[in-house]
This record gives sequence, structure tokens and C-alpha cells, in this order.
Amino acid sequence: MTATASAPNGAPAMTINQLKPFYGKRQAVKAVDLVIDPLKITAIIGPSGCGKSTVLRCLNRMHETVLNARAEGEVRLGDENIYDPAIDPTLVRRKIGMVFQQPIALRTRSIFENVAVGLRLGGMNDKKRLAERVEQSLRAAVLWDEVKDKLTDAGSALSGGQQQRLSIARTIAIAPDVILFDEPCSALDPISTLKIEELMVDLRRQYTIIIVTHNMQQAARISDKTAVFMVDRNEDGPQGVLVEYQATRDVFTNPQDSRTEDYISGRVG
Amino acid sequence: MSILSSAPANYGQRKIVDYIMRGLTIVATLIAIVPLVLIIGYVTVIGGGAMSIDFFTKTYEPPAMSDGGFSLPSNAVTLPTPDPAVPVDPNATPDPFAGIDLGGATGVTPVDGTQKGEALSAKAQGGVLHAIIGTLLITGAALLFSLPIGILAAVFLAEYPSNTIATVVRFCTDLLSGAPSIIVGVTAYILIVVPFREFSGVAGAIALTFLMVPTITRTTEEVLKLVPESTREAALAMGAPTWYSTFTVVIPAAISGIVTGVMLAFARGAGETAPLILTVLGSNVISFNLLQPIAALPLITYRYTESPFPGENTQAWGSAFILMMLVLVVNIAVRLATRNRLSGR
Repeated sequence: MTATASAPNGAPAMTINQLKPFYGKRQAVKAVDLVIDPLKITAIIGPSGCGKSTVLRCLNRMHETVLNARAEGEVRLGDENIYDPAIDPTLVRRKIGMVFQQPIALRTRSIFENVAVGLRLGGMNDKKRLAERVEQSLRAAVLWDEVKDKLTDAGSALSGGQQQRLSIARTIAIAPDVILFDEPCSALDPISTLKIEELMVDLRRQYTIIIVTHNMQQAARISDKTAVFMVDRNEDGPQGVLVEYQATRDVFTNPQDSRTEDYISGRVG
Repeated sequence: MSILSSAPANYGQRKIVDYIMRGLTIVATLIAIVPLVLIIGYVTVIGGGAMSIDFFTKTYEPPAMSDGGFSLPSNAVTLPTPDPAVPVDPNATPDPFAGIDLGGATGVTPVDGTQKGEALSAKAQGGVLHAIIGTLLITGAALLFSLPIGILAAVFLAEYPSNTIATVVRFCTDLLSGAPSIIVGVTAYILIVVPFREFSGVAGAIALTFLMVPTITRTTEEVLKLVPESTREAALAMGAPTWYSTFTVVIPAAISGIVTGVMLAFARGAGETAPLILTVLGSNVISFNLLQPIAALPLITYRYTESPFPGENTQAWGSAFILMMLVLVVNIAVRLATRNRLSGR
């Protein structure tokens, strides 16, 4: 077992030991070992089909919500293994939040309710506290100034970039330790992308961030460490594999693996 | 110039085929809506003409001789004067010939088609308030039974799809939704009416429930499946359990589709006749007791369309018209009530 690293303020590190994601009988990614630094941004990059999203979804047990999907191995948040049979996945997801590629404004809900929904689920009903937390979260997601006068409007009426920040506010509201971003900017225009990137760098002060991205420049711009996944063509089909994990600067200037070099220099993928 | 001259040799032929095919689709569409327009038009003209305040405020009144259209040779039958002291048995199947001594009535000439047609314009006597109440009660009760069953079953089929039970249930639901309603009526008759020795509104409501649940389940399942998976994932990623995501996120997102399904089921239930004949029987007075026989609009239409009394014919058409309006009004009302200004479109 790996020693548990902790940031000065006690934010827990994530330790991934021999994680094997499966779809049915097929193991989608070769066993993964990673230590995610707390209060840093860790990027996961790699070509399509390398299993980077699958690995990310294993980190808050969203992977198993897909039919016949399951994972073996261990993912520790601090001292706790989130795959411990005694731990309810719904509780895991309140500590490890997730933001998806498609911005999701819950239909038939107002902007306010889109953020409040997770708090209400947690049993918070006090109107004043709800309003405070919603404002805090919207401010943290740099959306407050744009929506403060129309909190009762439909969340789905916002633009794509605003909806994505709304999704982030919803995730922040329940105060997770870790936020997983699954290609959060692939559906957005460059300006919205820039805003989300600035937001992530800002959020790093309070949250551990893991981001899957297709965009290598994005990984280079915002991340502290980068994990590179590649596809192995086996006789029983393609399988993802972690080929490299180190400081982002080193990944892009001094890659250890030749496949990483081919990938970042645009020769493959 | 060059565009036209380079047209392939079969260009003209292709254009003609295009016109013919387009014409065929238009003709087919027209043929498809002809019956619809005819039915709605006919019911509206004849049934709508029967509308009066009495029609909504009074109950069944036996046809009176002054009504016309029932011609009797003066020597043929002896008619007893109706005795107002004898109450009409509310539970009896209405028998237009009750109390009339036909005496080997060779001379009775029920009106023929043309006469009936003239008589249709005759003012209805009495009203169908009892049947309006009956239909609302029976279909209301059936909705009350079938809404939770149908929607929860749909949630099971759509949100927990990976099991054999779901496949079996789905298949059975499809079968049931295609089952002739008379079979459902017979089933309810044998299971409920016979053991309790009583025709009742509840038996009718249960029979209608059998018919409405499959419609609600299948339409609700289909619209739940249309809700993007990403919406469910967003809820799950907040740490919501599946039931929470289903009832606070997925169902609200699909509510307009669910309402459509429920309205289809309501319309079907309100108009069903066969199961009601065998379960609620019918009645001529106002009753709020679902444990006893009760009146219903489709039963009036069914019984009195063939009646020799024009007054009763008018009631039949009027009932059909009210039934149609009832479905329309409920439909609009529910849609307005469930309309959400945040629904997104």
C-alpha cells in the first residue's frame, strides 16, 4: 500500500492501485497505478479509445453505472478505499464530484434550483443557508454576476459556456474534495473554454482537480502533472495502457516514452 | 442552358413519378382524415344540437307519448297511464317497453330510418347528468389506480432495464394493450362482479385500469428513455441515488410526454363501452356510490342509439358529444396545469 500524501491543509491525496476497468468480460484498460497530488491539477491525455474517460469515471464510481461495467482494484481517497464494499457509491460521489463534456442544465429547473438540488438532496432545507451556499457556489464558478438578476429563469436558457459553469457550481455546492472534469471544454467555443480554464486554475486552491482532455495545449496550459494513455492493439482487441505520468512540463519537453513523443508531436492520435 | 441540356434522358419520367408519388401521399392522408372529420362533424352537429341546460342538470326521464316518432295504430295496444307514485327502479336496465302492454303487438310500428332522422331534431327529454357523474367517477377511479401502477412500472422498465423480468413485463404489456376490451370486461366480470354478486362502479374502474395501465406504462417508458443519459449522470455524480434522480430529475424532464400518455389512456378509458356493460351495468339516477351499478356516457350512447324513441336517440348523440368534449377539456386542462415555464421549449 502506498503511503498517503497530504497537502498542508489536510486535503487528501488520491491513490490508485491496480485499477482494472471492465466492460463485461473485456478489460478496457491495463492495471493503472497513479498517485494524484492534492490541490493540484492532474491532466489525463491520450488518443481516442485509450480509456482515459473510463479511468476517470472509475474514480468516483460512475463507471459502474454503465450496463455490465465494473472495476477491480483500489482507489483511495485519503485512507478510505472507495471500492470498499461497505461504502455506498452515492456517498463517494458527494466527496468526488464530476463535470461532464456536455453542459447539463437540469430541465424544468431554475438556475437557483440547478445549484440547490444537490444541497436539498443532502437534507438542507433552510432557505437562508441554501441561498448563501448557492451564491457562494455561483461566485466560485464565476457565474454570479451574469445570473444574479435572473436566478428564477430556466437553467437551460443559459449559453453553453454558462451552462458548463452552472454545472461546476452545482458540483462545488456540495463541497467535494476532488472534482473530475471529463473533457469539460470540448463542446464549448474558445472564449468559454478560456473562462473554464481560468476557473479550474482558481479552483485548484480548494479542490483537487483531475481533467481528461483531448486538447494537449489545454493540458500544457493548466495542469501540474500529466498522465498519458495509449492504445495497445492486442489479439483480443484494443486495450488502453498508462504509458507515462510525470510533471506536465517534463511530459511535453522530455517525454520518457517514445509513444508519448509521437503523440504530442502530432505523429499519431 | 447547359444545365437543362445535360439533364439525363429519364428526367421527364422521374418528374412524373415524383408528382404521382406526392399525389398518392396526399390522397392517402385525405382518406385517413375523412372518417375523423365525419365522426367529429356528425357528433358535433347532431349531438351538439341536443345540448340544453336540462341535458346537464337532469337525469333520465322515460319517453313520453307526446314525444312523437312512435306511431301506434289506435286499436293495437292498450297503454297504461304512467303512475307517478310508482318509482322507477334505478338499478333496472332501462327497458323502453316497460309498462307498455304490447298485447301481441303486431301493429306496433317502430320508426324507420327516415322517420328517425326527422325525429332526431326533437328536443331531448331529461338529461344525462347521472352519466356525466358516473363517467367522471369511474374514469377518475381508474386513473387513480392506473397512474401509480403504470408510472412505477415504466420507471422499473426504463431505469432498471437489465433483467429478464423487464423483458417479460414489456412483452405482456404489449399483449395487454392490444387485447380486445370485451375480454378485459369478461375478466373483470368473472373476477369481481360474480364473486360479489353485484355490478359496481369499482368493477368498471378496475376493468378500465387493466386497459389504461399498458398505455401509460409503454408511453411513459418510451419518453423516459428519451431523457438523455447525461441528465441521469449529472444527478448520479451529485451523489443522488437512482430513485432520487428518477423522481426529481428524469420524470420532470419527461413530464410532457408522460402527460400525453396518461391523456391517451384517459381518453381510451372514458370511451370504453364493452367492459362497462359487463361491470357497471348502468343506472338511471344520480349515484356517487361506486359499490353499486352506476351510469356512464358510453353506455347511454350504446343503449339508446337503437332506441325507437327519438328522445333517447338524442340522448345517445348528446352523450357522445359530451364524451368527446370531456376528453378534450380534460386534455387541455391537464396540459395547462402541468405546463412548466422552465420546461425549456
